[in-house]
Amino acid sequence: MIQLVAAQSASSFPVLNALIIVPIVGALIVVLLPNSRPELMRPVGAIFASIAGALSLYVMAQFSIHEAGFQFQSVQSWIPNLGINWHVGVDGISLWLVVLTGLITPIVLIAVDPHHDPKPYTAWLLLLQAGSFGAFLALDLFLFFVMFEIVLVPMYMLIGGWGYDDRRYAATKFFLYTMAGSALMLVAIVSVATLSAGNQDITFNVVELAQRQALSTNTARLCFLAFALAFVIKVPIIPVHTWLPDAHTQAPTAGSVVLAAVMLKLGTYGLLRFGLYLFPEASVWAAPTLATLGVIGVIYGAIVATMQKDLKRLVAYSSIAHMGFIVLGIFAFTTQSLEGGVLQMINHGLSTGALFLMVGMLYERRKTRAIEELSGIQSAAPVFAGFFTVVMLSSIGVPGLNGFVGEFLVLIGSYETRRWWTVIAATGVILAALYLLWAYQRVFHGEPTPEDEQTPDLTLKEGLVLTPFIVGIVFLGLYPKPLLERIEPAVDDLIAHLEHHSDYVQPDIGAPVVVDENHGSEDDH
Amino acid sequence: MVELVWLVPTLPLLGFCLLLVTGRMLGEPRAGWVATAAAAGSFLVTLVVFIGLLGKDSDKGERSYEFILFEWLPAGSLRVEAGFLVDPLSITMALFVTGVGALIHLYSIGYMHGDPKYSKFFLYLNLFLFSMLMLVFGNNLVVTFLGWEGVGACSYFLISFWHQRESAATAGKKAFVTNRVGDWGFMIATFAIWSALGTVTYTEISRSPAMSAATGTAVSLLLFVAAAGKSAQLPLYVWLPDAMEGPTPVSAMVHAATMVTSGVYLLVRMNNVLTDDALLIIAVVGGATALFAALCAVAQHDIKKVLAYSTISQLGYMFLAIGSGAYVAAIFHVITHAFFKALLFLGSGSVIHGMHDEQDMRKMGALRVAMPITAATFIVGWLAIAGVPPFAGFWSKDEILLAAWEQKNIGPLLWAVGLVTALLTAYYMSRQVILVFFGEQRWEEDVHPHESTWTMTTPLCVLAGAAIVGGAINLPLVKDWLILEHFLEPIFHHPHHFSSGTTTKIILAIVSVVAGLIGISVAVLSWLMRRIPTEPLEPEFLENAMYVDATYARVVGGAGTSGFQKTADFDAEIVDGTVNRIGRLVMKLGQLIQPTQSGYMRNYAVGVAVGAVAIVAVLAWGLL
Repeated sequence: MIQLVAAQSASSFPVLNALIIVPIVGALIVVLLPNSRPELMRPVGAIFASIAGALSLYVMAQFSIHEAGFQFQSVQSWIPNLGINWHVGVDGISLWLVVLTGLITPIVLIAVDPHHDPKPYTAWLLLLQAGSFGAFLALDLFLFFVMFEIVLVPMYMLIGGWGYDDRRYAATKFFLYTMAGSALMLVAIVSVATLSAGNQDITFNVVELAQRQALSTNTARLCFLAFALAFVIKVPIIPVHTWLPDAHTQAPTAGSVVLAAVMLKLGTYGLLRFGLYLFPEASVWAAPTLATLGVIGVIYGAIVATMQKDLKRLVAYSSIAHMGFIVLGIFAFTTQSLEGGVLQMINHGLSTGALFLMVGMLYERRKTRAIEELSGIQSAAPVFAGFFTVVMLSSIGVPGLNGFVGEFLVLIGSYETRRWWTVIAATGVILAALYLLWAYQRVFHGEPTPEDEQTPDLTLKEGLVLTPFIVGIVFLGLYPKPLLERIEPAVDDLIAHLEHHSDYVQPDIGAPVVVDENHGSEDDH
Repeated sequence: MVELVWLVPTLPLLGFCLLLVTGRMLGEPRAGWVATAAAAGSFLVTLVVFIGLLGKDSDKGERSYEFILFEWLPAGSLRVEAGFLVDPLSITMALFVTGVGALIHLYSIGYMHGDPKYSKFFLYLNLFLFSMLMLVFGNNLVVTFLGWEGVGACSYFLISFWHQRESAATAGKKAFVTNRVGDWGFMIATFAIWSALGTVTYTEISRSPAMSAATGTAVSLLLFVAAAGKSAQLPLYVWLPDAMEGPTPVSAMVHAATMVTSGVYLLVRMNNVLTDDALLIIAVVGGATALFAALCAVAQHDIKKVLAYSTISQLGYMFLAIGSGAYVAAIFHVITHAFFKALLFLGSGSVIHGMHDEQDMRKMGALRVAMPITAATFIVGWLAIAGVPPFAGFWSKDEILLAAWEQKNIGPLLWAVGLVTALLTAYYMSRQVILVFFGEQRWEEDVHPHESTWTMTTPLCVLAGAAIVGGAINLPLVKDWLILEHFLEPIFHHPHHFSSGTTTKIILAIVSVVAGLIGISVAVLSWLMRRIPTEPLEPEFLENAMYVDATYARVVGGAGTSGFQKTADFDAEIVDGTVNRIGRLVMKLGQLIQPTQSGYMRNYAVGVAVGAVAIVAVLAWGLL
């Protein structure tokens, strides 16, 4: 079967491979540029990141809407004895994360000035893009593991090299914490591959392993736990979240943006692709616990965010709250909750990414992120305040903007299978308004101090950098259909897979029972 | 003509977009005129749609039109469309929303004169109008929720419009967060309805079979939580008095005439899912709110605070009507209240404007000479709210009191509460009129009160006219004169009919008029003729609104904040502390073991030798 797919894809341009290779080539070229021309580094890097971004848009445009399976697959033999292949493919669940990765990186490269050592900075960001693409596209467990680990290195370097005062501590904590999580995952990967083999050839092919379902219940549950641990640390879920506020706060703006927008999604994406898909029975078994942890994250993250004194830490904790919604959606197992979860990954990337960018812009102006040292910024910089307000409302989940769409679908879907979880999680929308508006009031409202009064307003370049975020926030809020209709087949396929391999059955919320004069009964499909 | 409905919200949206791009360039007064034109155009289109709807046959059920723009949230079996529903209820709401809204836009041109953020104010007003129209015209719960949150966000922007003022910024935040509690109810109600009925679209909900009693009551109460937030009912009303920090036209439009009636609209729209158990609770809460807020209004000194508590009280009347099953009476009162309360707020704005931003009624008096138009129109508003026939308020209030009287379980009690509220209303409004416009002048030397410009007085005159004759849309005298009731009939499954005989009706009406006259007389005796000492009439307990808000503030500021802080400390010290302790433990272990890795060959050789001996010993032991 693998040969067949390889033969198919050989005839066409292997666009997914190009996605991963282009940023790597870019990084190499940046490294080879003469050190005497520091001003070239970021533009050259941005060009390569943009080429990758354009390729991701090409994938989006060519993606076939009503197909559930993996598209653009490409397979190259890697370690044949062990059945390990370079195997990439994209489906409705990973498609938008790939596009997000493609677009965020060039924007960040253009937007944020590292202030020193632009060459390694640019190279690391490009490697980060390549690694993230690889992790989202990998359909081979071994390849996934390699990519999942590779992205740690550039992020570690970015935090440690270009971060703020406590950067060494934060970078080390980030690296060790996530490494510790994925150590057991490697054991589980090897176990799954070897134990599933039986009489057949050993394989690391995710699709193949998901179809085999050859592990005993208990083994599968243990392996699931090992995978899940790696992912919940990455998301992060309470109580293994404390690396995140430090990493976010100490990271340079570019690091924070990519961390929030792309890297956290590796956790939730991993739970979907390697949790639900590989271990359907174990996922159903663990769902109550994980959904509970997600809901706790929503409330707990919001409460802790309220009391933060540092704007970046506040956004970091709000991230934890938002990711909690996604985890609830994933483990509620309904079409709406899963679609909402996938969509919310993109929404969170847009709004939290933009928030971190703007907190960075504020820091560049005022050299502080402490909430109490800022006041009345809206009087001094009204346009900046306006952009911030839109993003803030998106993060709060005001309908018409993107945040609402994801949260709403997660909650309405979860209400069917996890009613009381949903009732509690929905109170998170009250808390989200509380911590963001309170922070906004302290920073933007009030009388500006003499220093605040001098805060320059948004420059044209900054406005142009933020515009894609605002466009995305409004567009996804009003017309998410293009995304939803590409996500839905993959999600439905995943639920069918769950139902097939466990005793879970998705509740049927059919069309209304009323007889509509115009359309007749809706029961006939 | 009905098809033009999409244009109704689109015009203010266009106004918003135009002002967003060119607002500062347009400046004063052009930005104001652009926004006013958008609002007025929206009103005219609404009229056209209304006439189109009237042309359809009500008896054949033709007065309900849905227009689907596009699929908004298609996910599995959930289908949420961006669509409009034009029916008697939505068009009734839209007519007064755009009508009163346009007048308030016009008024603001003069009122906001000289404000540095002049164009931004109108930008928010247009966005508000757009959101309000989405709320009203939405054909399903989710589109209504879009408008619902949109008006909430605009309300936040407008309350904290003068955001340099700490109190304004705080009031805006408080309004948004308190409303979010209601929004939680709205969301859970939507989920429950979809779960039970498989749809969120109004026309399909109204054709669906009833939900189980428990689900129905839960949904009803959740919807009421939503309504209590937006329409400032107990215990969520606390944001509305503070919302007076916003410019006065905002108070008139957002916090009196339109947005705060959204809760009433929502419950009337969902009338066929409300259960009897829930209705009783709604009636009790509505009645309690009416009485509570009227008592608070009695002792306020700020001219706008009186009107704010009065608004809460009048909204309580509307929920009393809904709880008694008299949906038409509720909508009737929504409309008349929009007229006279917008009039009173705009009048108070004119006074504040003429008095150079003075809001304390103790520093006013005898303003009828300096501001004749404002005084005359304000007096019309006063007579209307005090329930003096034949002004508009009399008719709608009378219908609510009758409905309360006929309530099945505790009718006479609800009626009595409503009657006392009516007496109090007449009293505090008379007190206000006397303190502001009559008596001796108490303003300070350097204040020179003056009448406002024509852009401000024109809306006052139009609204005064509406407050005089507004009752005509639903006169109880002859059956054919119940225009509003007949018009709205198609949206109710079980239209409400009054069972009382003509004699009862007349007696009840006389009693309520007498109550109103008593209230007025007491005010005249005490505040104008000074025959009754006024000191005991404004006890501190009432001036501080029975300390409800203060208690909330203490709980939120005390236990709430410290609980949040403790959670944050727990996160930093226990959760993160454990991580760091593990890290340090590993480092300590490393330091302990480190000396064994000394780098000396001889040490390693000893180790190897000992190990080899040990292995051999173990193997030997096994062989033995």
